[in-house]
Amino acid sequence: MSSMTRTAHKDGLDLAAIRERLSDKDGQDYWRSLNELADTEEFQAFMHREFPEGASELSDGLGRRKFMQLMGASLAFAGLTACTRQPQELIVPYVRAPEQIVPGKPLFFASAISQDGFARGVLVESHMGRPTKIEGNPSHPANPRPGAKFGPTDVFTQTAILDLYDPDRTQVPMLNGLSSTWTRFRAALAIELAKLDLDQGAGLRLLTETITSPVLAAQVQDLLKKYPKAKWHQYQPNGRDNVREGSRMAFGEVVETQYDFSMARRILSLDSDFTAVGPASVRYAGQFAEGRKVVDGKKNEMNRLYVVESVPTNTGAVADHRLPLKGSQIDGVVRAIAQALGIKAGIGNTHGNDEWVNAVVKDLKAHQGESLVVVGDHQSPSVHAIAHAINHTLGNVGKTVTHTAAVEANPVNHQASLDELVSDIAGGTVSLMVLVGGNPVYNTPSDVDFESALKKVAMTIHLGPSQNETSQFCNWHLPESHPLEAWSDARAFDGTVSIVQPLIEPLYSSQSAHELLAMLLSDSRQGYAIVKEFWQARRPGVNFDREWQGWLHEGLISDTALGSVTVRLKGDYGTPVLSSEGLEVAFRLDPTIGDGRYANNGWLQELPKPNTRLTWDNAALLSPATAEKLGVKDDDVISLLVDGKSIDLPAWRMPGLPADSVTVHLGFGRTVCGRVGNGVGVNAYALQRSENPWQASNASVTRTGQTYKLACTQDHWYMEGRGLYRTGTLAEYEHHPHMIQEMGHEPGEDASFFNGIHTSEEGNAWGMSIDLNACNGCNACTVACQSENNIPVVGKDQVLNGREMHWIRIDRYFKGNLENPELYNQPVPCMQCENAPCELVCPVGATVHSKEGLNDMAYNRCVGTRYCSNNCPYKVRRFNFLHYADDETEILKLGRNPNVTVRARGVMEKCTYCTQRISAARISAKVGGVELKDGDITTACQSVCPTNAITFGDINDPNSEVSKLKKQQRNYGILTELNTRPRTTYLARLTNPNPEIAQNG
Amino acid sequence: MAQLFSRGSNAFARMSIVLVLILVGTAVTILLNTNRLKYTSDVDVAKKQPVPFSHKHHVTGIGMDCRYCHTSVEESAFANIPPVETCMSCHSQIWTESPLLEPIRESFRTGKAIEWVRIHDLPDFVYFDHSIHVSKGVGCQTCHGQVDQMPLMWKVNTLNMEWCIACHRAPENFVRPKEEVFNMTWKPVDEHGHNDQATLGAHLVKEYKINPSTDCSTCHR
Repeated sequence: MSSMTRTAHKDGLDLAAIRERLSDKDGQDYWRSLNELADTEEFQAFMHREFPEGASELSDGLGRRKFMQLMGASLAFAGLTACTRQPQELIVPYVRAPEQIVPGKPLFFASAISQDGFARGVLVESHMGRPTKIEGNPSHPANPRPGAKFGPTDVFTQTAILDLYDPDRTQVPMLNGLSSTWTRFRAALAIELAKLDLDQGAGLRLLTETITSPVLAAQVQDLLKKYPKAKWHQYQPNGRDNVREGSRMAFGEVVETQYDFSMARRILSLDSDFTAVGPASVRYAGQFAEGRKVVDGKKNEMNRLYVVESVPTNTGAVADHRLPLKGSQIDGVVRAIAQALGIKAGIGNTHGNDEWVNAVVKDLKAHQGESLVVVGDHQSPSVHAIAHAINHTLGNVGKTVTHTAAVEANPVNHQASLDELVSDIAGGTVSLMVLVGGNPVYNTPSDVDFESALKKVAMTIHLGPSQNETSQFCNWHLPESHPLEAWSDARAFDGTVSIVQPLIEPLYSSQSAHELLAMLLSDSRQGYAIVKEFWQARRPGVNFDREWQGWLHEGLISDTALGSVTVRLKGDYGTPVLSSEGLEVAFRLDPTIGDGRYANNGWLQELPKPNTRLTWDNAALLSPATAEKLGVKDDDVISLLVDGKSIDLPAWRMPGLPADSVTVHLGFGRTVCGRVGNGVGVNAYALQRSENPWQASNASVTRTGQTYKLACTQDHWYMEGRGLYRTGTLAEYEHHPHMIQEMGHEPGEDASFFNGIHTSEEGNAWGMSIDLNACNGCNACTVACQSENNIPVVGKDQVLNGREMHWIRIDRYFKGNLENPELYNQPVPCMQCENAPCELVCPVGATVHSKEGLNDMAYNRCVGTRYCSNNCPYKVRRFNFLHYADDETEILKLGRNPNVTVRARGVMEKCTYCTQRISAARISAKVGGVELKDGDITTACQSVCPTNAITFGDINDPNSEVSKLKKQQRNYGILTELNTRPRTTYLARLTNPNPEIAQNG
Repeated sequence: MAQLFSRGSNAFARMSIVLVLILVGTAVTILLNTNRLKYTSDVDVAKKQPVPFSHKHHVTGIGMDCRYCHTSVEESAFANIPPVETCMSCHSQIWTESPLLEPIRESFRTGKAIEWVRIHDLPDFVYFDHSIHVSKGVGCQTCHGQVDQMPLMWKVNTLNMEWCIACHRAPENFVRPKEEVFNMTWKPVDEHGHNDQATLGAHLVKEYKINPSTDCSTCHR
């Protein structure tokens, strides 16, 4: 890839030179960043050093002599500590042992974690009453994995465990910012309720987020019955308004649309990130990946995915054809497709992509009943309505598309609901407002002045897990119990009800939404009684208790999925949108911190965002060409002006964005959030307008002249462009199956002096296979590993120094031109090399090989020379520079995995295929006198993966899943030319392009 | 210029080299052996407990099995320290007035747990599992000593890594028949009263498929 005659550019990037360089490249060339292409000095420096200049040196003015003195003294002390006696420790057994708990063995409880109101089924691991890890419930429809021990989850479900132990949670009820008690709150509420009784609750307003919980919905209805003049409002900024309006436009009613990607052979996604966003994304990602499975010796039929998108997404990264267009241009494209299919939806406009659109239409027509058109939540209602019509015309309804009644308790337009509330307050009719969750002072568009509205209400009550921008203006702020602390219920995307059961008593003096609603209803019951009695009334019968136990055990009520409904198209598709000529802004919820609610979660803040690999900030994402036109470089702070409002934020060039488009992620710039999230990034809600919250046209950009360093993990751990990511098309592969393995060089068996030193024929030999054809780069593996292995968060400054600690990272590659490159994601854990370069250089034998092929790391033996990391060609070792684990915050200790050491400063750490899980399974097999079976051990990354891309097992067993995968022709190892003999290998990615569409289109 | 040092001072120079070597050698030997001392590892030191619980009385005197209290030793990494409830299953009937047992009764009344002093305390980076050892024929007594003779608990082995590894490398020297694991007085003797561990151990290792690993990740993770 990189030519031998490098020329380093001192200032900035020369895009013309980059384009020229790219045009010389042949098809199989990959690049990771613009800096790499331009060969800047900064990039050169980063690449040749393991860490950036100065990262490993002391910079606080400590002189060399002083340093030597300190080191000498600490060395002497370190030696002497070995001579001291161990401190005396205590054992504190139970007074009365709870049933079921065997000390030292975890228990798993089925429950559900909701996002945007929609449930994901989970199995929560609990160690002596402490929840420590969340796994998916394999029998739950939102994240199914039939036959497996654990199901997959998305990143937010994984990180919910850290929210439970968030040290910034509210601990007691607060009255006007001062600590109070629930007793005082009840007394204050009684006075308010007495006032409400006088006028049938005319002054009462309830504001919630999306509710699917049948119990909560019933409680709200009871409240409205008790106070007939009260009103219930809902607001949540997630783009579902357009979905609801689209359904109303198409069918005259709000229906839920479900997809079956396992049946779909041709898929067209219009700005939809269906593999990563939405209540069924985990299910859809799995079905989609299953439809792309290629097995040697079988007739392989891959599905084909066309993506038109305004923002590069996980889904765009797995597309066979990706067309970047501005958000407003998608209206024209969908109308053009509708027109070609004979739907009267007005004149389309392909924006110069006639060939592309015609080929897609032809392909969709050829696959009637097994195709699918899916639209992103943020697209306009008319695009949703037209897509419904296309699916109907293609005969997909009843096959790949099903409509059911709405899952939400009351599918209203949230923006309209909020507007009504604000105008009621302005009219002076609201005297008591109860906010159940939510943060409308922060997460509403700039033209909604919720703050001053809130201040006008005489009495405001806010229930929430921690203080936020809204609660600070409320009279009462009440601590809300975490879903792992309280009884509740929730519906999944298909209506299936799960009972949410608590795993731990509330850590603080908190109550659930049900309990608050009960107080409003003067109902003295607690959560358990509220939920159980509701269901008992609905399922009368002698065996209710047994049934209830069954629901709790299974994590769902099996017959509660909603049945399909028949809908009729109304034929209303709105008027065509003239796409804006100027600069367009696309607003999106942040892929890791959502609408801002996860901003205090360190795991999510530090998780590199899909495709951009940015951490700890939001940026104005621009295509390289647009940035060039505006004269903007990475890290330049720009002022983004829309409709007279402006925000200053750093710019970042993202290849693959459409021209004249800026993407800004919401959720940042929180001010009342907590120790992690306060002041991180820039609040982009300040630019949002309520009439079209997801798109703004006629924006302008001016440079402020300042720069702001963004923490991007993109250039870190660079691998010099060897044949690391291998792809081909399905047609090429079927014709020439050896092509993948021929892309690299495999050394022969005799390439080493130490033949077979680390291969064992007996016993288990652990290996892993990662299917790049399935991976969409969703990051779930990274965060599951973090949760399982007690991996610390390091903070933005440390990420800038290249010190992020993730044991499994996602490498992102581009291929092709700057405007529309193909995007590739590659998860990289430790390769567990059979001839491991790291082991040879450790002076103290802290990293050595195990009989089963693990590259063991004994943390207690490591002295921190970092030679191993220096010698690791894969750069998968992580050095704990500054004691990143938080030992001082007591509450965080509860959430750690007791089976993994919390590593100290000065210690190298790395992936060992979840050796604690291997150990536990091996011991339990030996104690039980049985052999380990394939599938008994799943690593954390494997079980969480929505697409089943990661397979782990015994490569000595020819019938194990991993052995079979390693025999595939697509199997290849990375950097095998070094004779490292990695145990982790990859299955090359195959694409299934439409021969009628030219590449890079 | 005249010689600064006389010829005789060569002897001092040689001697100082030897002395330095001896000193360094001694220092290293001391450092290496400090951890092996009974003093540093608290071997044979009985510690004061909130209740002077006597294993000798309960095991030898009454004849209780280890597993009556250490319930999870066969299935979990942790052998379990019994809840106060277990003590009270007898002591609500006998010795109900004993002042020595007052902390037990108080704990049962108030729900506040008793804080026992840990005797066998491995470092936090060591992950030991009771269940696998017990199921492969490592007797309680092999590691914990004649607990049935201990009025207060003490440890009889250093629990140093060297000590663990000795068995992991040569388990035949230590294993016993599975049915004798909880027997405190079992001795590896044949019918003539001779020590039989060598033949018995080799046989048991084969029969129980004992194949202990000395990989780091067996205990450290």
